[in-house]
Amino acid sequence: MIEQIALTGNESVALAMKQINPDVLAAYPITPQTEIVQLFSQFIADGELDTEYITVESEHSAMSATVGASAAGARALTATSANGLAYMMEIVYIASSLRLPIVMTVVNRALSGPINIHCDHSDAMAARDSGWIQLFGENAQSAYDNMIQAVRIAEIEKLPVMVNMDGFIISHAVENIRPLSDELVKKFLGEYEAKYRLLDSKDPVTFGPLDLQDYYFEHKRQESHVMESVMGTVLKVAGEYKEISDRNYSFLEDFMINDADIILIGLGSTMGTARVAAENIRKKGIKAGVINLRLFRPFPGEKLREILADKKIIGVLDRADTFSLNGGPLYSDILNVLYEQGEKKIVNYIYGLGGRDISISELEDLYIQLDKLKDSAKIENRIQYIGVRE
Amino acid sequence: MSNKEKKGWKELPIGGLILNSGNASDYKTGTWRVKKPVYIEERCIQCFLCWIYCPDMAINVENGEVKGVDYYHCKGCGICARQCPTTALEMINEDENYEKEG
Repeated sequence: MIEQIALTGNESVALAMKQINPDVLAAYPITPQTEIVQLFSQFIADGELDTEYITVESEHSAMSATVGASAAGARALTATSANGLAYMMEIVYIASSLRLPIVMTVVNRALSGPINIHCDHSDAMAARDSGWIQLFGENAQSAYDNMIQAVRIAEIEKLPVMVNMDGFIISHAVENIRPLSDELVKKFLGEYEAKYRLLDSKDPVTFGPLDLQDYYFEHKRQESHVMESVMGTVLKVAGEYKEISDRNYSFLEDFMINDADIILIGLGSTMGTARVAAENIRKKGIKAGVINLRLFRPFPGEKLREILADKKIIGVLDRADTFSLNGGPLYSDILNVLYEQGEKKIVNYIYGLGGRDISISELEDLYIQLDKLKDSAKIENRIQYIGVRE
Repeated sequence: MSNKEKKGWKELPIGGLILNSGNASDYKTGTWRVKKPVYIEERCIQCFLCWIYCPDMAINVENGEVKGVDYYHCKGCGICARQCPTTALEMINEDENYEKEG
């Protein structure tokens, strides 16, 4: 077993994809595609993998080819980023509605414009309501681990999974990770046996028929219903993964929340920075805690209600805006979940758009602000933009 | 089929998949009609043009003879009536009752 190696986030995910050894991978090898599929194609060129690698002519075709392969019964992967995800969006919805267990890494970058290639979550949020399961990782290790678990989750629930990781901050930074051995991954995933196969001539199945007023609604209802069992499956797969990796995963990762008054909650790489800020600020007597949300779709509302029940004030970090005047997408979900707990104070911090850095001291300032607000009668400014010049 | 007779989301196959092949005949397209063809046996010369032209195979044939229209599938397109050389098929409004001549 490999103990510890230094890899970028892209290399970590490419390694996971190599160990998954999918039947098919389709990708469009140009910007905004990432290094992930380039590294993967090298494994094939070097004769290390027997994956059918399809270089298509657009991201729309990348997802189309992946959908076709998955419908045929193949274990199929792809990867994308930012505008590439936007371009494939039509087929992203088709993948989930056909209940195909596709796994796709999304290296989270800004959906331009003005033209920008750096980290924010606007791409993932554009796919928020597509019926995909969405996992977020905080570092290269969790991106790697999420990737492998995603294959199991997808195949159990017959749903596609989007494995999100922050562009550049995770994708290009080198970190020490502890990958599993090829054999362990192979054993963990097992052989994929699709329940329905498009190309099974002995038991033919129709995929993607016209589905009008009389049945479409029922199929959409199934898509919302299956999310209930996804919650259990995410935990089950995490439990099995812990046995082979000794690493703990759940819906979220909490940090010093038990005695905390003030919680910062968010997605992605910033939550590591938030942990450092929380530790620092505790030295000043502020009881700070962090929730790093791993599962964003479906949204673990029940769990959050439970662990936030006794918290006085919550700061919600959103690396995307909705331009609704109602704050970011995560903020809306948190408000929704905590609505019945009434009295709670919830402040939204929109930050980091287009790769704008957020520092430890900025996050410490948020804890200080929240500490002051927690006892104030009224919050004047519920939606704030952090790190933007006035 | 009324809405209540159709399967609910708990019973339907996932993903809009159709698991049985050759099931198009189960689908009732007769409700699409605005006008319907009426078969007038006395005028029919058994030329089978209606049977050839019907895009939905909705002309009933028994023992080698045209016997009328399959209203479960007939969409009321009117092609049969249009091509019939002896006006043995006539289009009437869906809600009209046809009374035979004479």
